Amino acid sequence: MATTQSRTLARVMLLPSVTLLLAWMIVPLCMTLYFSFLDYNLLIPGDNEFVGLLNYEFFLTDPAFVESFFNTLLLVGGVLLITLTCGIALAILLDQAIWGRNYVRIMVLAPFFVMPTVSALVWKNMFMNPVNGLFAHLANWFGVAPIDFFAEMPLLSIVLIVSWQWLPFAALILLTAIQSLDREQLEAAELDGAGPFSKFYYLVLPHLSRAITAVILIETIFLLSIFAEILVTTSGGPGYASTNITYLIYTQSLLQFDVGGGSAGGIVAVIIANIVAIFLMRLIGKNLES
Amino acid sequence: MGSINLKQVTKSFGDVNVIKPLDLAIKNGEFIVFVGPSGCGKSTLLRMIAGLEDTTSGTIEIDGQDATNMPPAQRGLAMVFQSYALYPHMSVRANIAFPLKRAKVDPKVIDEKIAAAAKILNLTDYLDRKPGQLSGGQRQRVAIGRAIVRQPSAFLFDEPLSNLDASLRVNMRLEISELHKSLATTMIYVTHDQVEAMTMADRIAVFNGGIIEQVGTPMELYQKPINRFVAGFIGSPKMNFIDVSPKHGDPTHSLGVRPEHLKVTTEKGLWRGTVGVVEHLGSETFLHVNVEGVGTLTIKDHGDCTLQYGDTVNLTAPKNKILHFDANGQTIASLSWQ
Repeated sequence: MATTQSRTLARVMLLPSVTLLLAWMIVPLCMTLYFSFLDYNLLIPGDNEFVGLLNYEFFLTDPAFVESFFNTLLLVGGVLLITLTCGIALAILLDQAIWGRNYVRIMVLAPFFVMPTVSALVWKNMFMNPVNGLFAHLANWFGVAPIDFFAEMPLLSIVLIVSWQWLPFAALILLTAIQSLDREQLEAAELDGAGPFSKFYYLVLPHLSRAITAVILIETIFLLSIFAEILVTTSGGPGYASTNITYLIYTQSLLQFDVGGGSAGGIVAVIIANIVAIFLMRLIGKNLES
Repeated sequence: MGSINLKQVTKSFGDVNVIKPLDLAIKNGEFIVFVGPSGCGKSTLLRMIAGLEDTTSGTIEIDGQDATNMPPAQRGLAMVFQSYALYPHMSVRANIAFPLKRAKVDPKVIDEKIAAAAKILNLTDYLDRKPGQLSGGQRQRVAIGRAIVRQPSAFLFDEPLSNLDASLRVNMRLEISELHKSLATTMIYVTHDQVEAMTMADRIAVFNGGIIEQVGTPMELYQKPINRFVAGFIGSPKMNFIDVSPKHGDPTHSLGVRPEHLKVTTEKGLWRGTVGVVEHLGSETFLHVNVEGVGTLTIKDHGDCTLQYGDTVNLTAPKNKILHFDANGQTIASLSWQ
């Protein structure tokens, strides 16, 4: 890529794929933006009139929006908290020289390969079901009344299911980071009189800061758009107790056939995602630079 | 205080005996160097003394106390690692303070000790930097600083200079030697570099295959090596070995002559050969002479040597500088160094 000629050639060769990717992103975004200004309901055929910001007004003043906004934050925050704390613990455990370590590592990774709908169904019917679920049986065995998870704590239940899915991802990234920690540093700390907790706090945790940042950023992107787990388990209920922004947009556009309102919600979701991204980069992005 | 006694110490990983039963007494205030080729067990022994490796059998006594199963922090030893092992997220000050804080020393005392150590090691201007912003030599000094503030009964160095470039290595060698003179604390120093061993040590222990071949002062090892291995390991360039066919009544199997004791002579010498590669170092010249039936001999000649490739030369050496080895490679004392 040294000469002008080869550089020009490279640009020409890249052009088709870049154009395609750009169109792939820009066209749906523009169409969503366009629809969000129309009175466009599939149940009311006829002229799709331009209504300005009316769709946005309806979406943002809907009481369900505020609730689902906080649900989204709780869902993302809760899953991050659980996957990071358990992920660090699991990574430390998997780093030890335990018998059959390689098999354990593969087993730990397994949940990540299960499709979200499948894992949600398994959790819903085999674990959290108040009559036949494993937890219900356990509760009966101890003589306690079983918990009806999706009725009593719908959002927490979904947080648990999603955490179970994302734990392997966090644990794996943190494990590779832990493995790159210089053993001599730990030995030096041992000679300096540091116990296991000081070693963790002063050496392991600072060493993991970059991996933790990566996990937070990547997981946030995916967790903002959690959908399948909600649809399969609670369908957003009871009421709006487990509805997040993504699910709210789905109910708007596909259950109420309001394409305009759904599009406005979509644009709002894009803006929220960007705000979260900027906020995160400001907060922890400096960890990625070295 | 800082005397360390090793009694019948062994170490094995599974079936492999890394350290065979070994005795060594390290005196208080002594600078002892463990030297040997890689994989000879010298680093393992150091780590056993530090408490980073378990001892398979035998006892390690520190200041007369059995420390074989003591945790590392309680042994009162400080170690400087090959990779320096500085804590990368902490400033130099926090690095040096780390062992003191773990020992719950009064913050005022910590500040004084850091200031004192920084002064000795020329680190005063760098106390607020992170290790990543320091050069190799400075990092090395921080690692030493972290060791000296603990006032250990002995310092353990694990190949501390092998990550530095040649000129810096010479400087740090001097600094460590000076530090030993001023602190007068026991130091155990592991290296594979015989130059470091010769220049710094009060005593050298030469390791080979999990055993100590010989312990002695640098000059003892140089002048009176007890076997072929020690003779070949100590001294640079390496000693020349010449195999001889054993004669009746003479147990000599091979001869050893150091390059600096071989002389080029005009008279009929002991060997005759043609000059191969000539290496001019300015102050001295290394000649590689091919002698028929013997092989290549290295000769250390003076700097203004004018011999060239292909010249034929006669070589000789003083009788009392030639070592005689028997069939097992042991030095025959009655025939060598009379």
